[in-house]
Order: sequence, then structure tokens, then C-alpha cells
Amino acid sequence: MTTYIEKFNQISWESLTRKIESVTREKVFLAINREGRGGTDDFIALVSPLASKEFLEPIARLSHSLTEKRFGKAMRLFAPLYLSNECNNVCDYCGFSLGNEIVRKTLNEAEILREAGLLRKMGFDHVLLVTGESSKKVGLDYINQALRTLRPYFSNLSIEVQPMQQEDYESLKANGLHAVLVYQETYNRESYAKHHIKGKKSNFDWRLATPDRLGKAGVHKIGLGCLFGLTKDWRTDAFFAAHHMDYLQRKYWKTQYSMSFPRLRPCAGEIPPEITLSDRDLVQLICAFRIFNHELEISISTRESSELRNHLIPLGVTTMSAGSKTNPGGYGEDDSLEQFEISDDRSVSEVSEFLNSAGYDVVWKDWDSSYDEPNNIDYETDFSKEQSSDRNLTLVS
Amino acid sequence: MSDGTLKIADQSFDSRLFVGTGKFSSGETLSQVIEYSETEMVTVAMKRANPKDQARDSILPFIKKCGVRLLPNTSGVRDAKEAVFVAQMAREALNTNWLKLEIHPDPKYLMPDPVETLNATQELAKDGFIILPYCHADPVLCKKLEDAGAAAVMPLGSAIGSNRGLDSREFIRIIIEQASLPVIIDAGIGRPSHAAEAMEMGASAVLVNTALAVSNDPMTMAIAFKDAVRAGRSAYIAGMGSESSDAQPTSPLTGFLS
Repeated sequence: MTTYIEKFNQISWESLTRKIESVTREKVFLAINREGRGGTDDFIALVSPLASKEFLEPIARLSHSLTEKRFGKAMRLFAPLYLSNECNNVCDYCGFSLGNEIVRKTLNEAEILREAGLLRKMGFDHVLLVTGESSKKVGLDYINQALRTLRPYFSNLSIEVQPMQQEDYESLKANGLHAVLVYQETYNRESYAKHHIKGKKSNFDWRLATPDRLGKAGVHKIGLGCLFGLTKDWRTDAFFAAHHMDYLQRKYWKTQYSMSFPRLRPCAGEIPPEITLSDRDLVQLICAFRIFNHELEISISTRESSELRNHLIPLGVTTMSAGSKTNPGGYGEDDSLEQFEISDDRSVSEVSEFLNSAGYDVVWKDWDSSYDEPNNIDYETDFSKEQSSDRNLTLVS
Repeated sequence: MSDGTLKIADQSFDSRLFVGTGKFSSGETLSQVIEYSETEMVTVAMKRANPKDQARDSILPFIKKCGVRLLPNTSGVRDAKEAVFVAQMAREALNTNWLKLEIHPDPKYLMPDPVETLNATQELAKDGFIILPYCHADPVLCKKLEDAGAAAVMPLGSAIGSNRGLDSREFIRIIIEQASLPVIIDAGIGRPSHAAEAMEMGASAVLVNTALAVSNDPMTMAIAFKDAVRAGRSAYIAGMGSESSDAQPTSPLTGFLS
């Protein structure tokens, strides 16, 4: 199977970095004037240091107008649901890393339903299931079971779990999976090796080819991203994320794509970031991706502060999490350690009230299980089984 | 002079402006736009409709209170199989057999899939649906959709949400010339003048969404579109003088003949 790896290996990190640093005014003008239709050349111009220094305001204005034209005055809200913090990887930036002496917890079915009930009460209809990477404790069967358990209660289920095989994704899709987020963390091989010390995640190529397996499996949406702070040349990292997405979009043209911009934050493992991505840099990244790809879903998590998130809303963001807990059982106030620290600790209703006051409609539901139904004939039986079973989940009606 | 009523299936419409319901800043704004535009039919994506949790549905309750006809759409489906299933769900959930059929497997430009759209139209028409398929401005496809049992055709002016107007002008002209069903121009209508142009050409109606939803003043824009659609329709009925790129000489070469 041909994958992105072949394309990726043809580009030199160093020459790309030099290209980004030597962007001229004319290139940035051109990228703005043709609204990013010049492909990765335009992305390079938009993400350059020169664009940040001299063109950030016009870039932000263009990003705002393109976002509004495509997505309207509306913001989609979702919640992460952490199912497990078990992990067999040693990664020096992550709270779930194998070496960390934290209380390990994997939610059982009753606990999952309890968390789900709390999320439904808050209003969420789109949920992202998150686990650490442990194929024994939270492997395919566990995720499939979680999807079957939650399917009757949510319109849209996504996962952020260990990379899997194509056939595994096909099986998850049949159980109601909509989207998969799989961040490369960094596209720099040396930096990747330095931070991903042990475990399956240390295999750079296996992770890099994951979106190809997702595309072939026909998963509706693929989420890409880098963990900014791991690698010094963050602009180069961003270029590869854009280049990767461009490759995927040409090849798997029925698939939707989303991009996230997590910045390294303090956690139990605690390494100081290689660089600190400033707020200005983050704004530039969001706008550069928007202009490069007008229909891209851009997501901002509660890693960022409420004040910054409020400012980012009109710039290109289309999807936000709110009221998030990043530890398994967190919505029911379990106190096991979280994956990363939350900066925006506003409640869901506070976030949605703010969005309304800023002139945005809050979109809770932007998918329907009936869209998956023709490909999932067993679902009807599963649903009636769930409905009749004796579970302590209170559905909001 | 009457501009005539539009008839689709067994339903008559005084307004020739249909409205899409996505991208609005609130349900209240949507209601006001429906009211000011004087539209009689609005379309809603089944993926956004939330009949189970009305408190968190900023579309359906706000349409219902306006008392206009609801046209569910299948936006988000990728093939005929999914479209047929969503259509059946829509009929059950919203109690209408009207359907705007949208099949766009390409999430980038949301281009309608002609093959799947034709197949789904055939199947749904047999099942008793009143189908308004969103399609390319392809004259042959539009005739085939008529044969398949569509109640109207909805060729695109340009890509959804692009505000580019009638990029497909010449093909729209042919479609209107050949049509025996209502032709509703859908997608790409970004300005009242685009809507007026489509109506001047003889379109039966237009469907507008983005241009209303993302305007700084959606209510005023709704009035502007209402007026533009009426003006374009009146001009079409009145009949417009033909254009000429040449000046007409006052002493024509053949003047001596008369």
C-alpha cells in the first residue's frame, strides 16, 4: 500500500525550513490575493515569519471572512470523554506515560454510561472518546464495546486512541464510529524519537501511515495535528501537517478533515517545551490553515485560556470543546490524574452563553445516526437492547 | 399584471424565494429572516434537526413558529443508499414527503453526484416522495431527473456557499428553455442581483442561504432578496428587449429598400 511516507521522505526538513524563512513580500501578497488557492506554496508564505511580522492583520481578516462564508455564524461544541489512562508508551511530555506513578483507571460499562449521562445533561451530542495506548487493556474490543454502549445516546462519536489496522477501523465504523483523531505530534524524525522513548508510539512510520489506513477504511473524518512545543521549527512542522492533509484530501476525497493546534502544557511528566508557541504564533497558524483549506474543521480545546479562546472564535475556529475533564471518570468527579491541565475551566453553559452573546449560534448536533444506518444493519437490534436494559442513564428529552 | 403562482407537485407558492436555514447566528434571526423574506418554504438539513432535544435545536422550533412549509434535505449523505435512508427518516420524523435531495460525496466543494442523485430520485419517486434534487447545471441530467419522477429540478448557480452567482449561466439558460418542471436555482446566489438575474432568465424560483445568514443585517438582506426576486420575475414576464453589441446606424445600408 502506498502511503504518505513515500511523499514525506522526499522533502528535506532543512531546505523546507530555509524556504519558509526566506519568503518574500510578493509571495505573501499573492497568497492573500488568491485566497490561498496556490496550494502548499501559499501555505509556506502564510506561515512564514515575514507574514507574522507584516501581514497578520490582513491574514486574520481574510481567515475570518472565509470561515464565516463557509461555516456561518455558528460554533460546534463537543466534549472529550476519557475512558482510560492506561498506556504502554513512554513519552516525556504526557501525563499518561507508562513511567508515571499515577492511579490507572479504565472505565467499565456502567461507569461509561454514568459519564455519558452527565454529558447528555450538559447538552452534548458530539463526543470524543479518548484512551491511552494499551492494546491489552483498551484495544479494539474495548473501543468497539464502548461505541456500542454509547451509540444510542449520541449523534456523533469520535475517537482519539492508539493507531490501528485498516480492518479494525472498518469494524469500529460498523459500530458507529464517525471520526478518528491521530496527531503525528511532530513531523521531525529526530525530535519524535527523542520524545517518544518506548512503546508502539515510538514507531514514527506506523503512526504517519495511520491516516492512510483511515482513508482506506472510509472513516468519515480524519483529524490531524501537531503538539506544538515539541520541535523548535514549529513552522516546518505546520507545513508538513498541511502537506499531509493536502495529500490525504486528494487521495481520500470523500473524507472530511480537521486540524487541531495543541500547545505543550504542564503535566505530571513535566518537560519544559523546546519552544513556546506564542498566542501570536497560534493565531497565525489558525489563519494560515483556514486560508489554505477553506472547508477545514478547526478545533480549539480547553487547553487554551477562556480569554484567548474568546478572541480566537472569529478567526477561523469552527469547533470547540467545553467543560472538559481530561481524566477517566472526571465528569463524575473522579480524582485520578488528568492528561493535561485545563486552562478554560468555564462551565458548558458559560461557554455557550458567551458564544450567543458574541453572535454565534451553538450547534450541538451536526450529524444524525440515520446517516450511518444503511451501512450498519445490526444497529436497530442493539438500540432496542440498550433501551430495554436496566441502566442508570437518564436521557435528556 | 400578475406574476403568476408557482406550482410544485400539488402545492402553490406565491413567493418564489426559498430559504436555507444553516449558518444563522440564532434561531431568532432565522425566524425574522423567514418573516421578512416572505418565503413560503425553507429547507433544513436532517443532520442539524434535533426533534428529540428541541431546547438545543436552533432551527426546527423556529421554522415551525413561522408556519412555512418544511423541506427536509439530505445534506451530508454520500450516496443514494444513505440518501434513501435519511429520506425515510425525515418523512417519519418531520411528517412530510417533500424532500430536497442532496448527495455530495465531496466535502470540499460539495459538488452533487449526478449518478447517485438520479438513482435516488428514481427510487424515492416510486416510494411516493415529492423530490427536488440539487444537481449540476447539466441539461441532459435535468431531463433525466424529470423522467425519473422529480417534482422540480434545482441546478446550481455555482458552488454552495461561494456567493459567485450564475457561473453556470449558459447551461441554466438551456435547462430553463427545455424544462417541463419548475427550475429552482440553488447554490451560489450571493447577491440580490444574482437572484434577479436568475429570475429574469425565467427560473421558477431561487434558494438562498449563505448570503442571508452571514450578512451583517440579515433582515434587511431578506427584504432585498424578496424585492430582487419579484423584480426579476416581473421583468421576465414583461419580456425584455434583446441586447445588441452593435450600434444601430441611423442610415442603414438597406434603408433605401423601404
